[in-house]
Amino acid sequence: MSNLAPLPPDWPGGYWLHWGVFVIIILAFVLLTVLIFIWYERRGLGRFQARVGPNRAGPFGIFQSVADAVKILTKEDIVPAKGDKIVFWLAPVVAFVPVLMVFAVIPFQSGALLADLNVGILYVVAVSSVSVIGIFMAGWSSNNKYSLIGAMRTVAQVVSYEIPLGLAIIGVVLISGSLSLTEIVAAQNIPFILFQPLGFLIFLLASLAEINRAPFDVMEADSELVAGFHTEYSGMKFGLFFLAEYAEALVASAIIATLFLGGWRGGVLPPVLWFLIKVFGVFFLIFWIRSTVPRVRIDQIMGFAWKFLLPLALINMFITGIEVVLLPEALPWPIIFVNLAIAVILVVVWSKLFKLGGGRVEV
Amino acid sequence: MVIKTEPFVINIGPAHPSTHGVFRMRTTLDGEVVVDLEPVFGYLHRGIEKLAEERTYTQNIPFTDRLDYLASMSNNLAYVMAVEKLAGIPAPERAEYLRVIMAELQRLASHLIAVGAFLNDCGAFMTPILYMLREREKILDLFEMVSGQRLTYNYMRIGGVSQDIPKEFLPALRKFVEGMPGFIDEYDQLLAENEILLARSKGVGILSKEQAINISAAGPVLRGSGVKWDIRKADPYSVYDRFEFEIPTGSAGDCYDRYRVRVEEMRQSVRIIKQAMEQLPLGEVRALVPQRLHPPVGEAYGRIEAPKGELGFYLVSDNSIAPYRFHIRAPSLMNLTALRDMIVGWKLADLIIIFGSIDICMGEVDR
Repeated sequence: MSNLAPLPPDWPGGYWLHWGVFVIIILAFVLLTVLIFIWYERRGLGRFQARVGPNRAGPFGIFQSVADAVKILTKEDIVPAKGDKIVFWLAPVVAFVPVLMVFAVIPFQSGALLADLNVGILYVVAVSSVSVIGIFMAGWSSNNKYSLIGAMRTVAQVVSYEIPLGLAIIGVVLISGSLSLTEIVAAQNIPFILFQPLGFLIFLLASLAEINRAPFDVMEADSELVAGFHTEYSGMKFGLFFLAEYAEALVASAIIATLFLGGWRGGVLPPVLWFLIKVFGVFFLIFWIRSTVPRVRIDQIMGFAWKFLLPLALINMFITGIEVVLLPEALPWPIIFVNLAIAVILVVVWSKLFKLGGGRVEV
Repeated sequence: MVIKTEPFVINIGPAHPSTHGVFRMRTTLDGEVVVDLEPVFGYLHRGIEKLAEERTYTQNIPFTDRLDYLASMSNNLAYVMAVEKLAGIPAPERAEYLRVIMAELQRLASHLIAVGAFLNDCGAFMTPILYMLREREKILDLFEMVSGQRLTYNYMRIGGVSQDIPKEFLPALRKFVEGMPGFIDEYDQLLAENEILLARSKGVGILSKEQAINISAAGPVLRGSGVKWDIRKADPYSVYDRFEFEIPTGSAGDCYDRYRVRVEEMRQSVRIIKQAMEQLPLGEVRALVPQRLHPPVGEAYGRIEAPKGELGFYLVSDNSIAPYRFHIRAPSLMNLTALRDMIVGWKLADLIIIFGSIDICMGEVDR
């Protein structure tokens, strides 16, 4: 891939300046986008739910998140008397920092990223799964049964969904022939969602579970567990969890946009704008799902991962492998239609075979 | 190898987002599975039954508003019917029709909340209940027209209703009734066939026919178990024998059936209101009743099919101006007795939706 900008760029100051600038850019981007995401989701949910949503602070309520942030900062910071204090303090940081670290390898446009790792996507999967430890720490240290149940559920769920998530990525990696996110984007003359419809579906569902979004939001499950793992948190420590939750959604949207929707590529508009449009589009899909479907029960979630997503992800990987090895020079369009047909058939067949439900235990 | 686990006790409530009021469930969990459950209530006890013995028959009507505060009209109706039975006062025909219209509107309002809250408990993030509340608002507007109130209406009187309907009421009601079936269909389509909802509620929290009868359950909980029992048909009161309507029943007795029964009942309520509007006669709306009512010595039990089940008022008179005994048969309390049997063995997440599918109102349980 010779058409990429050399990294790090040949700026005065070189290497370290590049790092400094991009760390600031990423911090600002994440914090600002999260604030916008919160407003965007609340306004969007408002429209879905036949109401207006926040509209008091600033035009269209755009400063609602800012007002919330100010409120959260001035709140009393409570630590449970019988909680594990050090772990309680550490948990929000452990949950938030890995999410921030993922952005190091996400290309905003060609060459505009902190570090173009040649194992980029592997790094994303590895780092993003650390934040679940923070959630478990929070649940454990709160000394609250609701928190603990929420945290236990999360660990079980996130660990299970890592597998279909990783397998869905392999399809993309096989086609592009690289683990680097920049090269994956560069390989997408046609967005990979067309080559990998099944992979996209699996990745979307698995990442919804990874970021604990509806319908897999059992870790919070406000109608069951009050607030799940952050029941005991208040003030900025809660704020950090909240931030981490939306930052995770941002990561998921960005990764989906990068892997399947062609990242910054699109033409006419500036590349960064294309990237943002795709990120916001994916996030719209995420909260659309949230406002529509009920929550799945935890054992059904686990069944869904192991009995539905995992076999489909394996089959998808297998088929993609065959196509890449046997038909490397095939025209794109026949392959696209074949893959789409395979995806539809597999999903229909599997949904006939696989049933949720049941779950009563004799006691 | 079987992993040895240890059950632990968790208090769900009294302040919990899904307990529909101040209700507490002392739950023993083994992991996610509920192995034991002990309902604890009484946090909202206001001693209404005792207070009512110190007040006149008319003064007691506002108390009934505060029982099931999501169905004040139905409570009013059951109480004034019991007093009328006790004192032998017939209500004018127009008043009876107005009572039926109000009671059915109230059933719609209550079921909208019940269905919305049930779907919310299932985890459908606020969307269904907000749509349902939009329609309930229209019903509250109608009630505000006739009674001036939006929650505690205090509209029924002994021997009739407090006042005749204003002239803008009937056109507004007609508009509402014409729109409502479409809305019910629309909201039904939102989630009725949703795979996740089916997986969550089908076969969950089964209450068998025998069990339902044994605990004297009533209303949608009883009908969801497949018992065709509705006071409006079984023991017709007011003018219900003049209308055509069906009694929807379920078959499995699970959460999904109870949800379906409520949705179908809403359709039937609209049907009843339509017929009542067409038949509505002219005339007085209030019989002449002495201000200080002294019913003869005796007892009376007035019962109606309230949105949540059979609501009965048992009154004993000693010929004074206040009832000697004032007992309320609250459907929420009766239906709640099935809670433990339905929940044990299911998971924590199921507990919430089984509890939600009973549709209780704590004002009525604790009184």
